[in-house]
Amino acid sequence: MPYSEKVLEHFQHPRNQGSMADADAVGEVGNPVCGDVMKIYLKIRDRRIKDIKFETLGCAAAIAVSSALTEIAKGKSLDQALKIEKDDIVRELGGLPDLKIHCSMLGVEAMRAAIAKYQAGQK
Amino acid sequence: MTAKKYIYFDHSATTPLDREVLKAMAPFWQADFGNPASLHLRGRQALEAVDIARERIAEFFNCQPGEIIFTSGATEANNLAIKGLVKNLRAQGWADPEIITSAIEHDSILEPIRELEKEGVNAVFAPVNGNGIVDPAAIRAAINERTVLVSVMYVNSETGALQPVREIGKLVRKAREKRHKLWLTRPLADREKKERPLWFHTDATQAVNFFNCGAQGNFFDLLSFSGHKIYGPKGVGVLYKNAKVGLSAIQTGGHQEGNLRSGTLNVPGIVGLGAAIRLLGQAGKMGEPSREQKKNTLSVAKLRDLLVKGVLKSIPNVILNTPLGQAAPGHAHFSFLGVEGESTLIALDLAGIGVSTGSACASGSLTASHVLLAMGIKTEVAHNSVRFTIGKLNTREEINKVLQVLPPIISRLRRMSPIKE
Repeated sequence: MPYSEKVLEHFQHPRNQGSMADADAVGEVGNPVCGDVMKIYLKIRDRRIKDIKFETLGCAAAIAVSSALTEIAKGKSLDQALKIEKDDIVRELGGLPDLKIHCSMLGVEAMRAAIAKYQAGQK
Repeated sequence: MTAKKYIYFDHSATTPLDREVLKAMAPFWQADFGNPASLHLRGRQALEAVDIARERIAEFFNCQPGEIIFTSGATEANNLAIKGLVKNLRAQGWADPEIITSAIEHDSILEPIRELEKEGVNAVFAPVNGNGIVDPAAIRAAINERTVLVSVMYVNSETGALQPVREIGKLVRKAREKRHKLWLTRPLADREKKERPLWFHTDATQAVNFFNCGAQGNFFDLLSFSGHKIYGPKGVGVLYKNAKVGLSAIQTGGHQEGNLRSGTLNVPGIVGLGAAIRLLGQAGKMGEPSREQKKNTLSVAKLRDLLVKGVLKSIPNVILNTPLGQAAPGHAHFSFLGVEGESTLIALDLAGIGVSTGSACASGSLTASHVLLAMGIKTEVAHNSVRFTIGKLNTREEINKVLQVLPPIISRLRRMSPIKE
């Protein structure tokens, strides 16, 4: 299965791409040996994701997944964001090749790691 | 994206059919559609066309027409060479054969060998140096009394590294002669039924366009190649098998090809293969490439060198994995550090340029290229690899276009990465 138009569009024009100097929380998962590294930056106000940015080293799917994830998560409460599943992203992207589904989990994990860090800091 | 404008730099994957080849094949789909196994006029016409192609191919490979076995491609030819040889040896009572190959072979060599390993065949995978080249001394050292086959590819499909196949072929022949002398000195009662054979096979799929493939001069006992890498059709290939090599069929039931490869002959494909070989001219017996091969090499190498020079000049942190001094002329294999190769491939594709990558993220198995890893390239660098393979129809303008499009793609992808150099 080739990449969908939507995946290619996100890959060419990623949303919320870049770093964030004043992030409230940062999550990073993966490593270069496995091929994918994803980093999510969060700006949080009133337990809501006010702003989100990503940086990704990986295949086109990994980049598109990161981009789609930031779009879905932006503006959501932390509780809502924690409920985002890989299926939500795959659906948003109009499907992903089977072998690439695992990439989508990395983006979700990076965001969850960032939220967990933030919540740990709040306690 | 129209097909015409698309720039194709993946000739190691496949090549477009040459116009002459297409023309040669044309009558054999419909007008001359006969089955060469039929005795009637239609069959005889088809057989004649197959015979002409066979003779032409035999001439190019400096062997006998009867030593050419048509297959569906190089994968089948490789499978037949390896499994067919072991099957034949087992039928003769040799229970413990050993095969020596290299760590950088195509999967159609490695997987059949691994299958046989599970059935008790011993396998040795000779390493390569940092340039991806097999050391003949390592092969020589590995050969022992159990060895029945050495298989080393002519040109590596990923990096383009040219292997010392003639040298390896020669040392295999010497080892065989030595074994024979030893066998002759044994008392008659001691001699096993027959002498254990020792043959050299090369997968020449990536070499036929450019290098001398004469079986005699290069000491090849078995050789595989396919039509679609030499501007011929897909779905057809050849196993050259020296008359002395004993093989057993792995596909049976039709008695074609001297009972070694059953199945109705792919007449249009075989005619096309013959035409593609004819375009490559006649190589000299002394290891020289033909005039046509030299011409291919010159034109392709000129573009490849332009590409390599331009890439290394305009993009920082690039590793060239092709050993230019000992490689096929069309290969340029790079690692763009810090950029996943599949992303580069997709970005180039969206810009109308077709390349390939050894990155895990583009493979069906999600593992990085075994060839790059065998060269000692780190996994994370193997993920960064992008292969350009230039063909005879590429132009200087196309190289310029890549040199214009590629640097911004690499810097865009590097900017997106969380790992800053």
